[in-house]
Amino acid sequence: MSRLSNLTRGILKENPVLVLVLGTCPTLAVSTQAVNAIGMGIAATFVLTCSNIVISALRNIIPDKVRIPCYIVLIAGFVTVVQMVLEAYAYSLFEALGIYLPLIVVNCIILGRAEMFANKNTVFDSALDGIGMGLGFTLTLLVMASIREILGSGTWFGMGIPWLKDNGISVLTMAPGGFIIFGCLIALVNKITKKEPTPDDENYCAGCPSSDTCKNFGKGGEKNVRADG
Amino acid sequence: MSEQMVKLVAILMGAVLVNNYVLRQFLGICPFLGVSKDLKNATGMSIAVIFVMCLATAVTWPIQTYLLVPSNLAYLQTVVFILVIAALVQLVEIALKKYIPALYRALGVYLPLITTNCAVLGVTIANIDKGYGFAESLVNAFGSGLGFFLAMVIFSGVRGRVEHAQPPKPFQGLPITLISAAILSLAFFGFNGIVENLFKI
Repeated sequence: MSRLSNLTRGILKENPVLVLVLGTCPTLAVSTQAVNAIGMGIAATFVLTCSNIVISALRNIIPDKVRIPCYIVLIAGFVTVVQMVLEAYAYSLFEALGIYLPLIVVNCIILGRAEMFANKNTVFDSALDGIGMGLGFTLTLLVMASIREILGSGTWFGMGIPWLKDNGISVLTMAPGGFIIFGCLIALVNKITKKEPTPDDENYCAGCPSSDTCKNFGKGGEKNVRADG
Repeated sequence: MSEQMVKLVAILMGAVLVNNYVLRQFLGICPFLGVSKDLKNATGMSIAVIFVMCLATAVTWPIQTYLLVPSNLAYLQTVVFILVIAALVQLVEIALKKYIPALYRALGVYLPLITTNCAVLGVTIANIDKGYGFAESLVNAFGSGLGFFLAMVIFSGVRGRVEHAQPPKPFQGLPITLISAAILSLAFFGFNGIVENLFKI
């Protein structure tokens, strides 16, 4: 049962984008077209699953103090693999994702899951977690991209939709549309899961690997920040 | 003004106003949402970002041009760049702590966050992708950092107001912040075409 929940909780309950609020940059940037969203989702899922497996297999070997640089190197390795594969076999997608493809390295979903899950759990569980979280990421991207593509340019996966095609709300395909749709989707998920808004709304970056540093800003404590070495 | 100067100024203005990293290209959204709650932190974070962006570009551009490309290792770009940035941030932190403690006290807390800031890796890769020379890359990095600074400072003011607003319950917190960001991003659309028209290029 818990195995199954490892796989499924990424889809809604702990959706990496809408609930944990990780990986916002690629979500906003590539969700203008459903095709790109699927491509980005699959690429990130592959990197996430592989890095989760390797990190959890090496969790007793990597020294705690240098774990973040180690994770980054591992992740960057897998991202390079994805880049080379896409460049060879799916060049149009490679072009469309552009700079956001190498930026999967600093996608906080991947580093965040390494920190929060893979370095504490077995290889099999971590693999399931990676697939589940990746699926959640892909589905969110797909939903968001579908809304933006259908309403914004009147097409879906490139197929024209009658009437909407001539009456697209073009601002939705541009930068502001990304922010608006993302905000509305998060509000929708809050409504569905009945999540109470937290009084200090500080915790929306709790899933981010750097959140400890962020939290200490208010306290102005230099020593708090560096306490973990 | 010589042609080169005009080109550099055009790149700078483009990076600050038209292709603003946060509001147009969605890079560095996490710090933009996480650290923009008050002006002091927003300023500190942005200055640290400008600093690291320029430094990272000054280091990664020669590495790419004189080391990776001649030895046919350009595919290692992603791995090398992120490692260089991570090492650089650590070095800067140590150096500031030892030699300029006053600056360290002001910027030190922001530095660990910058390694995973996608705007920094983004600007170094974008400089290579666009085929900029060394001077152009540095100007672009500085301009992108300045654009980040501008967005952060404006948005910290906006958020001060949003905090006191009473939106519908599901919209409280992050969603309403994102919608304010959308409006700010819409405002930046006003700068479209300013570079082409100002410099006639």
